[in-house]
Amino acid sequence: MSFLDYFLGTRRKSASVAKDRLKLILAHERSDGTPDFLPALQEELLAVIGKYIPVDKDQISVNMERRGDYEVLELNVLFPDQH
Amino acid sequence: MAKIVVVTSGKGGVGKTTTSAAFASGLAMRGYRTAVIDFDVGLRNLDLVMGCERRVVYDFINVIQGEARLQQALIRDRMLDKLFILPTSQTRDKEALTAEGVARVMDELHGEFDYVICDSPAGIETGALRALYHADEAIVVTNPEVSSVRDSDRILGILAARSRRAEEGKEPVREHLLLTRYAPRRVQGGEMLSLDDVKELLRIPLLGVIPESETILQASNQGIPAIHMKGSEVATAYEDVVARFLGEEKPLRFVQPEKPGFLKRLFGG
Repeated sequence: MSFLDYFLGTRRKSASVAKDRLKLILAHERSDGTPDFLPALQEELLAVIGKYIPVDKDQISVNMERRGDYEVLELNVLFPDQH
Repeated sequence: MAKIVVVTSGKGGVGKTTTSAAFASGLAMRGYRTAVIDFDVGLRNLDLVMGCERRVVYDFINVIQGEARLQQALIRDRMLDKLFILPTSQTRDKEALTAEGVARVMDELHGEFDYVICDSPAGIETGALRALYHADEAIVVTNPEVSSVRDSDRILGILAARSRRAEEGKEPVREHLLLTRYAPRRVQGGEMLSLDDVKELLRIPLLGVIPESETILQASNQGIPAIHMKGSEVATAYEDVVARFLGEEKPLRFVQPEKPGFLKRLFGG
């Protein structure tokens, strides 16, 4: 980047845009392979929890994500008001 | 007992064949008996880059199919008597690379050589899978550019899951990052991913950086592996790569831009 570019502020740093985009897509693609079992896991968890507490299918969500070197399995169950 | 090294990338045109030719030559220059194999069936090019295209009689596929012996198909390099090239077929298709056939040839090379370098085709299909299957080590050739980095990451996943070492539950393939076509001035200007960016994204140890250079074209035009272009940055960078691969400490070179002159600093270039 030249001296003039610096003053005119004409050039955006495209390399940092590239890096950010790659970070996101690689994290997503590296976790590939794991999500295939998530729907089945969700079904089974619903069946087990449903034995004790009545819950709807849309009140339970299962997610997997990568945080740094860890994979985090996140399970959210929304219980109905009466319990 | 040969060590098997695959030169791979996923993406095409990043410098796999250039690197295979230079790296294999560099090992042979150090006195190691080295074989370099072209796995790009149907799109043979290693022979051209190494200047032995007119000496190809039998090829890798002939050996796999029992039409020639390995010794008949191996071509001795013009410049280095410890280096042999195993060209591939220009007319057959990738299905000719049977798993058993490749295993048999690898087995035979194992006893004869110190290093076997497998020049992988682009993509993630049969040719590429066969090239990486037997690897002990992998050189992942990457350009500082989004599609190349993504494809390299994909290949790293395949090395970890589908190599022989992975299937047999052995110690994983040792991975090395080789960054090619690097332009330090563009990195400084914020227009190209830096060496640190790529290292951080791919998370594998860096084996070296090859600068973007006209020398590569001059070398391939003449069928001379780039490491023979004495005095050039590219040749020096490849010599360093070979040294580091063999466990020597070598500081990185050609990763900082040359100091531009006053006018260039003022107006850009």
